[in-house]
This record gives sequence, C-alpha cells and structure tokens, in this order.
Amino acid sequence: MRSKTFRGGIHPSEFKHLTEHKIIEKACIPERVIVPLQQHIGAPTECIIEKDTHVKAGQPLSKAIKLISVPVHASISGLVKSIEFHPNPLGTKSLAVTIEHDGSDDSTFTEQDPDINNMDPDILLKKIKTAGIAGMGGASFPTHVKLTPPSDKKINTLLINGVECEPFLTADHRLMLEKSDEILKGIHILTRILRVRHTIIGIEKNKPDAIQLMQKKTKRLKKISVIPLPVKYPQGGEKQLIQAALNRQVPSGGLPMDVECVVQNVGTVFAVYEAIYFNKPLIERVVTVTGPGITEPKNILARIGTPFKDLIEFCGGYTPTASKILNGGPMMGIAQVTDDVPVVKGTSGILVLDQLSSKIPEESTCISCARCVDICPMKLMPNRIASYIEHNRIEDAEKYGLLDCIECGSCTYICPAKRHLVHYIKFGKMLYNERRVSS
Amino acid sequence: MNFNISASPHLRDDLSISKIMYAVILTLIPAGAWSVYIFGLKALWLILIAILSAIATEWICQKLMRRPITLYDGSAILTGLLLAYNLPPCVPLWIPAVGAFVGIFIGKQIFGGLGYNPMNPALIGRAFLMASWPVHMTVFKTIPNGEQSLSGIDCITGATPLTVFKEMREILINRADFLPEQVTQANETMFQLNRSYWKLFFGNTGGCIGEVSAFLILLGASYLLYRRIIGWKIPLSYIGTVAILTTLFGGTNGLFTGNALFHILSGGLFLGAFYMATDMVTTPVTFYGRLLFGFGCGVLTVIIRLWGGYPEGVSYSILLMNLTTPLLDRYTKPKVFGS
Repeated sequence: MRSKTFRGGIHPSEFKHLTEHKIIEKACIPERVIVPLQQHIGAPTECIIEKDTHVKAGQPLSKAIKLISVPVHASISGLVKSIEFHPNPLGTKSLAVTIEHDGSDDSTFTEQDPDINNMDPDILLKKIKTAGIAGMGGASFPTHVKLTPPSDKKINTLLINGVECEPFLTADHRLMLEKSDEILKGIHILTRILRVRHTIIGIEKNKPDAIQLMQKKTKRLKKISVIPLPVKYPQGGEKQLIQAALNRQVPSGGLPMDVECVVQNVGTVFAVYEAIYFNKPLIERVVTVTGPGITEPKNILARIGTPFKDLIEFCGGYTPTASKILNGGPMMGIAQVTDDVPVVKGTSGILVLDQLSSKIPEESTCISCARCVDICPMKLMPNRIASYIEHNRIEDAEKYGLLDCIECGSCTYICPAKRHLVHYIKFGKMLYNERRVSS
Repeated sequence: MNFNISASPHLRDDLSISKIMYAVILTLIPAGAWSVYIFGLKALWLILIAILSAIATEWICQKLMRRPITLYDGSAILTGLLLAYNLPPCVPLWIPAVGAFVGIFIGKQIFGGLGYNPMNPALIGRAFLMASWPVHMTVFKTIPNGEQSLSGIDCITGATPLTVFKEMREILINRADFLPEQVTQANETMFQLNRSYWKLFFGNTGGCIGEVSAFLILLGASYLLYRRIIGWKIPLSYIGTVAILTTLFGGTNGLFTGNALFHILSGGLFLGAFYMATDMVTTPVTFYGRLLFGFGCGVLTVIIRLWGGYPEGVSYSILLMNLTTPLLDRYTKPKVFGS
C-alpha cells in the first residue's frame, strides 16, 4: 500500500515525553483574565460591554458584525475592570477586556439534551458561531465559515486533524485520549452540518494509544476511519494532511473545499461538542505548558484570557535557566516579550526554552546544499526566494512561489548554514503586501 | 525577567557547514591512507602541503579582504585535500602548494568565498596545474611488478590503465596503420586491462593519489550517502551515463562492445562522481537539475576519454558542468505544490 504521507518534511526531536502521559489538569480560576476582542482571523468584533459591569462566565463581550468573525465571551465570572490595549500573544497589542474574578463560578450555560439527528443544521451552525468557535489548531479561522462552503463547492470528506506535529505539544493528544466520546459526538454534529458521507481522523504514529483508542471506538462506525500517519513535520499542515490522507492537492492559492473536503482540529471538534451539548461558548481550552524552562510541565485546561504567567506558576514556575517564552510550538510559535499575555483561542501550548535551546545561531552564506529544496513541503526553493528578498527583488520572489509558503519553518530548521530563511520569507510577504496596497 | 526574542522556528537541526565539511574529510581519509601505503610517504607530504597551502591562502585572502576568518568551517582543508587527491604521486612538492593557492585564491576567494564560487576550487587548481606543468601532471607512478611500495625506490613511472587503454584503442581502431605485431600486442593488453577489475577496485594500479582505490572511495561515499550529506542523484546519473555510453561506444568492434566496468572503476570517476560532482556550492539544487548535471558530466567524461586529447576527463567535465549550474537550476524549478 502507498505510504500515506506528503513529499518533503523534516524529523525534529519530539520532546513530547515531557507531557504526553500527563492527564489534563484543570487550572484554578485566575484572579484576572484579559480577553482580546479579536482572537480569530477575519473581521474585528464590536465590543458590547461597558466598564464596571458584572459579567458571568460565558456571557458575550462582543458581537460579530461581519460574516468572517466570531464573538468573544467572558471566561470567568467577575467585574469588567478595563477595556484597553493590552499585549496579545501574537506579538502585537490589541483591544482587550480585563475581568477581575468575583470568587464565584457563575455561568450562563447549562447542559442540554440535543437531538442532533432531528436538529436543523442551520441552528447547529448558528450555535457554533455564537459560541465563538475559531480553529484551535493555531490559525484561528472562524469555524462556522469553514462549515458553510459556497453552494458550488461540494464537500465529500471531513478530515479531523489529530496530527499535532509540532514538537513538545500534547494538548490534542491528551484530548483524544480523555475525551474520545465527546470528540466523536462533535464529529457527528459536523457531519450533520456538512452532510458528508465520510470522515477521516488523521493521527501521527507517535500517538499509538490515541490511534488505538480511536480505532476501537470507531470500529462499528463505517463512516469514520482512523488513519495513522508517519511522524513527520509539518504533517498537521492542512494541505499536507489532505495530501497524505486523501491524496488530493489543494490548488495554489486555494482552500480545502476546492478539493471537496473540510479540515477541523480535534480541539475545535471538542469545542463544537460543548457548544451544542452545553450551550457553552469557547471559554476554555487545553494548553500544554512545557519546555526545559518549566519546572513541572503539564497539560492544562485553562480559561481563555488567563495570563501566561499564571499557568507557568501553576506548573511550578520557571527553571533558573528559562530564557524564551513561546505561544505555540517551537517550529511556528511566536516569541513573547512578556509573560503577561493571555491565552487565546489559538494557544495550543506555552513553551519555555532555556538559554541553551534558545540560542540564535549565527547565519553564514548559503552553500546551496539543497536541503531546503529537498524538504520543502510546498515544493518551493526557499534558498532562492530568501536571496531574492535579501536583494529586494520581491517580484522575482513572488514568481518563485513566495505566497505559497506556509511558513512551517522546515527550511530554516534544516539549513546547515543556519540561514533565517522563513524570516526572510515572512518579511518578503510583508513587503509584497505593502507594495500591493500602495500601488 | 527579560526574554529572548527571535523569529520562528526556535529549533534547529544539529548539522552545520563545518560538520558537513569534516564528515567529508573524514570519509576521504581511508583512500588517502591507502595511497600513502602504496605510493610511500611522498603522498602524505603532498597531501599535507596542499592542505597547509589551502589554509594559508584562505587566511591571507580573508585578512587582506578584511572578511571574517572562516578557517574553522573546514572548507579550505577539504579543497586542499581534494586537490592533493587529484595529483599524480610523483609531482614535486611545490606543485600542491601552487595548486591549492590558485584553487583557493582564484577559484574561491576572488568570488567572495565559500558559497559564491562558480566552479569547484580544487578542480580549478588542478586545471591550472595541468595547463602550466603538463609534464609533471601526467607522469604517473606504478607499483613495481605488483609489489607494494615503501621499498626505498622513489618513483617508478608508468602509464595509468586509462592511458594504456587509450593508446591500445587507438591501435585497434586503426589496425591498418599499424604492424601486425603491434595489433596483436594491443589485443593482448586490452584483454588484460579488461580483466583487471579487482586491481582497479582495490587500487593496485597507477593513478592519482586519491583515486586509486575505488573500493575505499565507495566506502567513504556510502557513509556520506547514509548520513545524507551527499545525494545519490548526481553520482548515480554520472556513473550510469558513463556506463551506458562506454558500453555503447567504448569498444573496438563496433557498438555495444565496450567494457563499462573497466571505465567505471578506472581513473578518477568514483572520486569525481562522489566527492567533486557532489560539491554543494557548484552543483544544482533541484531534483532534475542534479540528474541532468550528472548526465552532462557523464557525457563529457566519455567524450574526453574516448575521443578527446586526454586519457581522463572527469575533472574537466565537472568544471564545465559547474558552469551550467545556474541554468540547470532555472530550467528545472520544481513545480509548486498545488499548481
């Protein structure tokens, strides 16, 4: 049988042993949460709350006025202290609502008893939207938009992304182990909405327990199959996963729906389950707090808006050598200037590196060893694109596929000359967009 | 608390340029050691002088050009080593010194140092020596009657198998122009040459310092292939092309009468295909570019060996193909995922 994978990719050390056997712990309710008003990709939301009002957990703080937009909700019960600009984990500052905990755990949601099979898919969709669900794999694209493809696009397969190819992270892994039934219920909801016949759950082979459990639970379900995938980064990239599981190539500049499928992360599926079965908005998520800079790495169920430092403290604090803090995994995670940034919907992990592992290697000239070309999962020539950008030849870089880059960082990882290839490429994309706007 | 900030990824592979260079150097040592055993200590001196000259030239150039000193990356050592491996073991001691100087200075530093040189510096050095002192460069040492060296004899000169092959082939193709005895003798020699695989493979023949033992080159190269420091595409397409073309045209009785194995094992083909045609800086980066590069090297090598003025064509074929690298890269751009 053809080995299910994509072309290229790398094999970084995994470091998953730090947390992969640790049960998800519920963090204590934080004293203060900072909820950024925009945590998704798309149109901004409108704040509907005023300062000094009291809110309950689950109460909406903002309203989505455009289609590609989802509201945010209060994640704890308490008093709105301020609505002002605050650093967010994406490396910028944005408008955020700060809520001070009132000591209680009052919430707006209760358990439901939904009859999924007889519910109107549009109602399900609406519930997903009002629950503020956006992709929890990292990109944070509003989920309801992905679930409503234009009428000319047929969808025949739902792909569930349980790959979690980023080193260190184990949040999705633990979720699949501990909430498998809930995830299957979530899948059922999604298949109802999309009216698809077939669902595939893709899991990397480094999670044999999760594969086994999912296979056991789906044995009698003909419509769901579990596909073990080779351990390779970026196996969890949407386009790479589709290629591996379905052998379809998403066209350049296109979306998964162009090849008749929709991809959802397992965390998102779980959030969908909670939205339908509990009316519960997306106000908490599993976060892997790990790395050599953390005293006791853990998987934590944390409220959205919890400052990073609270969770780090919950894990025994920093080790003496801690020196770099990331939102996300080591391959695509964003380095933070402060640990007073909040957990957002896309925060799958908080990784703290020590001095040794956070050393920035010195760059030397390209020796055209071709490693980046060999491993690029998008079949680009990163060396060439980066050198065009270095020489400010953005048009040439674009001809070589600048905009097709998924910024997975594999080229930079593999480069023996330690060139910051993906950094050049991101910079190049920025210049490209600036020039397009100005011309 | 102050945090370090940098762009992702925050994880890097262990492999670095210097690790690549030193791994290549390490795998070249067995072939060199064998050479010293066969040809005597002179070979060792030639190797050391070439390396020292390469290091000194690199250091002086970088000092004069006020560039950072990058001796630690090992690339100069490798250039010196490869240059020495491309020299006949009888050359005077100043030959490697001059060759390494030219290779590093003209072949590499003038263009901006490692990563910017269009052609393989060691081969530039060799081509310079070949053009300037052809007599020194074409006198080869053979092993007296199959006995091992270290016997105190400084140098017994003789032809390499490829030189003999070329002379004999000349006779056999133009039989009418030669005496019958000469033709008979040529036939006899050709027959023996064709049965010398074992000698060629293990290196009991005349040749350049580094190329005599195909076996040890293969041994070193297989480690590099295993570690994926060199790729299989260029060596495979290079050696494969040579094999096919010499089978086709290498014989003396028309098409398909050539002896491919003899051509593969003799001369510098293994050293060239595994260690010089795979030099990263001067070869294409794309999949098909590398296959084409090896193919081009193979075609040129066979043309020079069979119809050219020299008995051996590996180094010139690689140098010429080096110049096509930018074009090959441009015309073999990989098709972007999803396009």
